[in-house]
Amino acid sequence: MKQELTRRNFLRVSAITGGGMMLSLSFLNNTANAETVADTAFSPNVYIKIGTDGSIVIMAPNPEIGQGVKTSLPMIVAEELCVDWKKVTVELAPLQAGFGRQTAGGSGSVRGRFTDLRKAGATAREMLVAAAAQTWNVPVAECMAEDGVVTHKSSGKKLAYGDLAAKAATLEVPKNPTLKETKDFKFLGTRVKDVDAYKIVTGQPLYGIDTRKEGMMYAMVARPPAYGKTLGSVDDTAALKVNGVKQVVKLKNSVAVVATSTWAAKKGREALVIQWEAKEKLENSAEHFAAFKEMIEKGTNPSRTDGDWEAAKQKASKFLDVTYELPTLSHGQMEPLNFYANVQDGKAELFGPTQVPDSVRKQVAEQLKIAEDKITISSPRQGGGFGRKLMTDNGVEAALISAAAKCPVQVQWTREDDMQNDFYRPAEMYRYRAALTADKLLAWHQSGVGIGRAIRGDSYVAGAIENYKAEGQGLKSNTPTGWWRAPGANTLAFVAESFMDEVCSELKVDPVAYRLQLFEAAKQKPVGKLDYNPDKYKSVVELVAKMSNWGTKTPGVFRGFATWFSFNTYVAQVVDIKLEKGKPKIVKVYCAVNCGRVINLSGAENQIQGAVVDGICHAMFPKVTFVNGAVVEKNFYSYSMLKIKDAPLDVVVQFVPSEEAPTGLGEPALPPIAAALSSAIFAATGKRIRKMPFAEQLV
Amino acid sequence: MPKYSLFVNGKTLQAEADADTPLLWVLRDHLNLVGTKFGCGVAQCGACTVHMNDVPLRSCSLPISAVGLNKIVTIEGLSEKGDHPLQKAWEELDVAQCGYCQAGQIMAAAALLKKIPNPTDKDIDDNISNICRCGTQVRIRKAIHVAAKKQVK
Ligand code: FES
Ligand code: FES
Repeated sequence: MKQELTRRNFLRVSAITGGGMMLSLSFLNNTANAETVADTAFSPNVYIKIGTDGSIVIMAPNPEIGQGVKTSLPMIVAEELCVDWKKVTVELAPLQAGFGRQTAGGSGSVRGRFTDLRKAGATAREMLVAAAAQTWNVPVAECMAEDGVVTHKSSGKKLAYGDLAAKAATLEVPKNPTLKETKDFKFLGTRVKDVDAYKIVTGQPLYGIDTRKEGMMYAMVARPPAYGKTLGSVDDTAALKVNGVKQVVKLKNSVAVVATSTWAAKKGREALVIQWEAKEKLENSAEHFAAFKEMIEKGTNPSRTDGDWEAAKQKASKFLDVTYELPTLSHGQMEPLNFYANVQDGKAELFGPTQVPDSVRKQVAEQLKIAEDKITISSPRQGGGFGRKLMTDNGVEAALISAAAKCPVQVQWTREDDMQNDFYRPAEMYRYRAALTADKLLAWHQSGVGIGRAIRGDSYVAGAIENYKAEGQGLKSNTPTGWWRAPGANTLAFVAESFMDEVCSELKVDPVAYRLQLFEAAKQKPVGKLDYNPDKYKSVVELVAKMSNWGTKTPGVFRGFATWFSFNTYVAQVVDIKLEKGKPKIVKVYCAVNCGRVINLSGAENQIQGAVVDGICHAMFPKVTFVNGAVVEKNFYSYSMLKIKDAPLDVVVQFVPSEEAPTGLGEPALPPIAAALSSAIFAATGKRIRKMPFAEQLV
Repeated sequence: MPKYSLFVNGKTLQAEADADTPLLWVLRDHLNLVGTKFGCGVAQCGACTVHMNDVPLRSCSLPISAVGLNKIVTIEGLSEKGDHPLQKAWEELDVAQCGYCQAGQIMAAAALLKKIPNPTDKDIDDNISNICRCGTQVRIRKAIHVAAKKQVK
């Protein structure tokens, strides 16, 4: 922000410093940023900085990975602070004490911070109002704040926040500021575009990959080409001869090439001659699925049992017994991993994409034996997260390389690196069994196996029927797994809701009406522990039925329905498809959401639309296959992703009006869409798809 | 290393790089034009889309030695003030989520509007194949239609 010598500036600087030195400093640094000390006259907490020139900076405390929190979190502060959003500058906070949990994960950013951020804004507002009241010598109650100005109601006198900042800074910080009545919210719930929208569309440097710093070198790393292999001998003679290559650095299980450009680093890496040794079993996806099958046959102790499955089976006149398969997936966030690190003189400066800056700092401290307070870490805007950056490998690796190479480095991954060195959405297999009479679902048996972790069993239809049994098992593997957008839910919703649709067809009942009936049963007479709120489930099912005119038929259009609950948010979806040359073409998706209060209507809708399209993408196209520990799909030519031609023409979103505190938004709309789509495909073609990716099943 | 002259965003610029260096990395590492993004390096994702003589080009897959003095336009040069109808429509409809793919999306769309000023949904399907993991395709389609209308005005 440009500084000019104005009366206000002069007053401000005098007020803060008593004149003298700070004043001249602020002249010298006349291009300084808003966050310089001299600029901030009033900062009652870490979130807010108000300058006497009227500048207002609000800090966004959590990593921005495309979930919109750089916009939505400061909006919450701004609502209580009563400022004009157009005059607010938003900055991403570095990792710093006082900001609380600075993590992006579990759709938790808005969920966890709503009240605290309101308080932060209300505190500042209350102090600014008090400063005005004192200035005019009138009772606080006679003053009100709006759009960054305090007004004395009866006299009409006005003072801008900038003019009040210095005085407000001298007042005591209230412990329990009065929050606005939620009915008085003016800003929350409106449509606000992303704070970086202009920078994004003009291609300004915003991301980790865009980092350019003094003396920075570019690095690429040769990592094991398969899980189970480790670093053997290294010959770097040829690599060091490559134009621009400066150093080759050996790490524990990888080799880094440090060069003057990304391309030189890449060519240097290609010139390395490395012997990789197979120290462990080299695994295959085919074996994973064979093992799944065996484990399911064998069974295990159920994680949940309601009623009596065996007894119910005796009374049944019909059985369903089907198996679903889901492949391993990569995160495929569009910005390949990277990180900048400058480790020197017992200090480290870290900058790059991570969802967990705190963990990166901890691990760097541990591995390099540097005190945590000697490490600074912050993150730029990130080109997607989806759970990949809950792992710390990219940041830690950069720090190790910088320390060894003794220079600042930016480590850049290629897509192939991302594909082979991921923490994957685990492959899973589910067997579902149901015992039915002609018109009743008597019992339900879910049995799942996945790489790594076991599958939970408390989601609906548990709680809504008499006899229910769930089993889950995890398969040990050296292929790494991790968190992938809506972990657990992203697979479970597909299998459970697809099977529910199979049950509905078998019973010849309407899938929407039947769900409503189940939720009513769970409400009236819950069986065992109830892990969800049946009324909220009903709220979205009813809303989506209304939005989509469920029950009406359009010639040539086939529909599917599904609903799921995750991260405290309820979602119901209807998808409309057509057949074009026998292939499904998705026309439109209707989506009803109950996520408590909506903060940013545009951002929230964008998250829902995006999660729907993302869910369609991963139901339809990509898969990861391991052969001898190596990923077969090395890049997007074989790891296929959705294109605009495959996306629905429209995704209509409605939120159930709610006064409750906000719940998760980044993930919950992804899980149900695959089941809704497979049900629509069944309606159109009579073919049940029980295996992802669907595209392979549709040929 | 050989020296090359390039004609980028209306200016002649010099770069010293190996002959096989893709235009993408020349833009990013040598000319400090980082708006053009790297997503796959193999012409699959479109994040690196620029224009060469008004035609969309995946800059990760063209070596600097083949660029010559052909007219290159990057996202930084699409408009002077960021007010190309597509940029405005993108802002208006709040298209971006993480935003990483969007420079490439906009450049692909801008090339389409040059070829077909008022594209149908089918034209969009046939001409845009960029990847967006965030799933912004629904808003992208709408923004292209909005921009096409703005252009007419
Ligand atoms: S980086 Fe060029 S198409 Fe993906
Ligand atoms: S907006 Fe994130 S990849 Fe497109």
